[in-house]
This record gives sequence, C-alpha cells and structure tokens, in this order.
Amino acid sequence: MAETTHADFDALSTGSLRRRITAKAIVYALLTVFALFYLMPIVIILANTLRPLDDIVRTGFIAWPADPSLSHWAEAWSTFCIGGTCEGVSRYFKNSLAMAIPATIISTMLGLINGYILSKWRFRGADLLFGLITLGVFLPPQMTLLPWAWVLGNVGLSNTISGLILVHVVQGVSFTTLFCRNYFLAIPDDLIKAARIDGAGFWRIFRRIVLPLSPPIVIVAVIWQFTGIWNEFLFGTIFTSGDKQPITAAIVAFSGSGTGERHYNVEAAAVIMAALPPLFIYLVGGKYFVRGLTSGAVK
Amino acid sequence: MSLPASSGGLGRWLGDHIAQIVLIPTLLASFAYVVLFSVWTFWLSVSTSTMLPDPTFSGFGEYAALWQSKRWTVSFSNLFVFGTFYVIGAMVVGTLLAILIDQRVKFEAVWRTIFLYPLAISFIVTGTVWRWIFHPQTGVELALHDMGWISAQFDWITDRDLALYVVVITAIWHASGFAMALILAGLRSVDGDIVKAAQIDGASVPRTYARVILPTIWPIFLAVAVVLLQFAIKTYDLVVALTQGGPGVATTVPAIVVFDLMFERGQIAQGSAAAVMILVALGIVLIPYALYMRWRKRQEGGDHG
Repeated sequence: MAETTHADFDALSTGSLRRRITAKAIVYALLTVFALFYLMPIVIILANTLRPLDDIVRTGFIAWPADPSLSHWAEAWSTFCIGGTCEGVSRYFKNSLAMAIPATIISTMLGLINGYILSKWRFRGADLLFGLITLGVFLPPQMTLLPWAWVLGNVGLSNTISGLILVHVVQGVSFTTLFCRNYFLAIPDDLIKAARIDGAGFWRIFRRIVLPLSPPIVIVAVIWQFTGIWNEFLFGTIFTSGDKQPITAAIVAFSGSGTGERHYNVEAAAVIMAALPPLFIYLVGGKYFVRGLTSGAVK
Repeated sequence: MSLPASSGGLGRWLGDHIAQIVLIPTLLASFAYVVLFSVWTFWLSVSTSTMLPDPTFSGFGEYAALWQSKRWTVSFSNLFVFGTFYVIGAMVVGTLLAILIDQRVKFEAVWRTIFLYPLAISFIVTGTVWRWIFHPQTGVELALHDMGWISAQFDWITDRDLALYVVVITAIWHASGFAMALILAGLRSVDGDIVKAAQIDGASVPRTYARVILPTIWPIFLAVAVVLLQFAIKTYDLVVALTQGGPGVATTVPAIVVFDLMFERGQIAQGSAAAVMILVALGIVLIPYALYMRWRKRQEGGDHG
C-alpha cells in the first residue's frame, strides 16, 4: 500500500484490511488477558470482604460471592483483634497517617531548599555534597538498623511515631533533594542573576522565583514520599511495637500468625484499607506518579 | 556583583554564606546516615557483639562464619535465582505491554493505569493477597476442587522446589508495570524516520520492533534492569508477607537472614556482616553502572568541553 509512506508511522496500519483487523484483535485480546491478570487479585479480595466467613473457609477465596454483607468492613475498622487489642485497624491506619503526613511534609520542604541551593547557589564542592546526599537513596536499610536503634533509644524516641518520622525524614531527604535539584537545574541561571542584581537575597529569590515554579516537582515528591512511607514495613516493624505500629506491620501481625481462628473476610477488608491511601493518590495523581518514578528510578 | 554594603563583618559573612549555612543540617544528617551509620554497622560486623553491641574488635571471623552457614548461602543462591527470573520476567512482560500499548490502542490511559497500579500497593499487601491466592487451603487449588476437579493440585507455595517461583510471579506482577512505563516512554522517543524507513524496506511489525526500535532504546533496558536488580537485592517485605522465607529456607533471602541474626538470634556481629554483604552486592550492581553512565556522559559532552 503506497499511502502508508505518507501517513505517520502506525505499525498496524500496514497490510491488507483483513490483516489489520486480525492484528488489532490480537492486540486487544492480549491487553485484556493481561488486564485481567493484573486486576484479579484486587477483585478477589474486594469480593471476599463481603462474603460470610464459613463460605470462604469452605470454598476458598476464589468463588462467587453469596450473601454479601458490608459488616466486615466495620469490624475490620473498629473491633477486629490485632495482637491482643480489639480496636480494629483504625488505630494503625491513624498511626500510618500520623507518620506519613509529617514525614512527607518535612522531607519535601527540606528537599526544596536543598535542591535550590545545590542547583542555584553552587559553591565549590557542591556536587560532591550532592553525591553524598543522594547516596542515601541507595543505602540498604539493613545497614542503618542498629545505628538507628541506638540513636532512637538515646534521644528517647524508641517505640514512638516521632521516631519513625525522624527515620523517614532522614532517608527521604535524599530522594526529595535529588528530585528538586534536578528539576531546578532547568530554571535559567539568568533569572536568578537578574534577581540578585536587583538586590534580592537568598530567601527572596526562593520565595519569589523558585517556589512559584515548583508545584510540579512538589507533587512528584509528595506522592513519592507519601506512598513510600505509607508502604514501608521494615523500620515500622523494628522500631515500634504493639499499638504504635504502622498499618503494614499490623497486617503482618494478624495475617502472619498461623495460629487461632482466621477471619478472612475481615482481614481482606483490613488489607484493602491498608492499600487504599496510596492507591487513591495513584489514581488521582497518576501522571506525576509516573514522572517521579522515571526521574527517581533512572537518575 | 555589587551588593549593598551590609552592617558588620559577621552579618556580611553570614549573608554571603547563607546557602552553605542552610544546607548544614541536611549535610550533617546525610553524613551521619550514609557515612557514620555504614562505618558503624561495618565496625559491628568485625566486633565481638552478640546480643548487644560491643565495640571490641574481633576480626573478620563473622564473615567466614556467615559464608559457612547453610542458611546464608541458600539465601544468596535464592536471591540469584529470584533476581534473574524477576528481572528478565518483569522486563519481558513490560516490553510486551509497552509494545501492545504503543499500537495506538484506544483508552491508553486506562490500560496504563491497570498495569501500573500494583506499584502503588505495598509489598505487604501484595504478599498477603497473593498468599491467599496461591495457598492450597484458600486459593486456586481449593477453587479447582470446588469446580469438580478433585485431583487438581496447585501447591507451589508449600513446595520447597517451587515456592521461590511464587515469589518471582508475585514480584513480576508488582514491577512489570514499572518496566512498561519506562520502556513505553522509550518507544515514544524513537525517531519516526528510522521506523518508516524499515517499513518501506518491507520489514514486518515484529521484525521492525526486534531489529530497529528495541535496539535503539537499549540504554532504557539497562536502566530498568539496574533498578529492578536493586529492588531484588533489597527484597524483604514481599517474602515476609508471602512465604515468611519458607517452606524451610526455600524462599529465604539475605535481608531476612539479616533481620533474624540481628533481632531474633542475638548475633549482631554476624547480622551486621550480612548487611555489609547486601551493601557489597548493591555496589557490584550500581558502581559499574554509575561509572558507565559518567563515561557515557563525558563521551556525549565531549564537543563542548
């Protein structure tokens, strides 16, 4: 077909009509199969939050829901017993919020200022210091567990949410500084220079020029930090115990214990609750989520 | 630059160095975190620590003991098998999905959202959910029995030889959308003219991808592989939630051994040695990549100094 040379490249627009239709059909069929595979777990778990327990015990998780009831959601939230206390996951959900929100805000603000300095107020050795800060992105948490335990113990933050906030801020600053510094590099130096000649100082330039240009990278950093901190498990399980734990640790506490009666439907609802905040953020800010991923991961 | 003369010497100095001064808290924290904590853990690994940290130097005996322990060598070979299948699997699936989405499909955003959402979900939730699906008492096997296929067997998760592949499948489910997102961005950056030229030469679609498009974005594949390898080496939560390292030690990975040694068995020195080995493994992956990227940047930037 001669006209394909004029059209923009469209892989499937070549060949006869029949071949084109077959090719499209294969593409959509494959996409559908994969989509089902990706969606299956969440659909299964959602369905099981509604089913009666004896039904799940008898037929397992993969079965058509009968007698659906929303009561297990309420039970999971407020009365479900985890590690001896029967207050549901609400307590752990709030712990995770109380940890993730301040840690996200503090680490993002520090990242903005650091990124501003390391991109626009460069001094001798600035690149070296940037390298040091970003090494924190790669350091495996196992290398920091015992030192953190000692530090938290000595400043009186053992088994507190404030302790977890401190840990996440120190680790998170390496990410946010990386994001912001690389983003601010794109701001023309002339803009800063002109402002300096006009007599604007360090903070004034930050407030008047840099901050107004920052919303996209702030969104990226906030999404990245919040999902990362909300989903984190190792620090939460080591540095806190009992009713101070974040929700990830609580999930493992009830689902990992092989003994005792299982409450699959309530557990399924609790698991969904643990997944909801980051999932919500992902659905709302998906574009920025991907952007953070690509810039954070590849750099 | 002529700044207005400020009041005193100190005030002026502060004004000139405000950037450095503001950076100090972060630098101190980063230095403590990256350098001091690493040296600290390394020091513990060559100390006599057991239940409690004890700074007395004892040499590299714990490293030798670590590499002689079956549990550690098994965990490392598990990591090797898991890492290989996981990285290749996630990249193959990610590439396939990216190519499919690249075919001008309708509702592209919807497909992307579906394939990428697992990444927003924690390893803990992912592992818990997939354990229910894989476990013979709650998942696929029971469902098959219920449908009348009484002899159906699907007990990989409790099988010593196959449990590791349950972890692989689950991890691929979690990460292939990430590979897809990066590879798709790469596909979109390929120069349309090369592709058109190949089409005019009569190359079929699969051939065009295999011979022309994919080879031009190989740096992206390298980057994705490095990131995934890094995830693999740090893998911990997923295994805890999915199999707890079992059955036996079938799915135990190095990060789990570190936790056990440090916090369950009171062998802090050996646990620290294991943590250092994880750092070394990461270094083996990341340092050559970083050096290579630097070299490449210099090659490209050669023209303008």
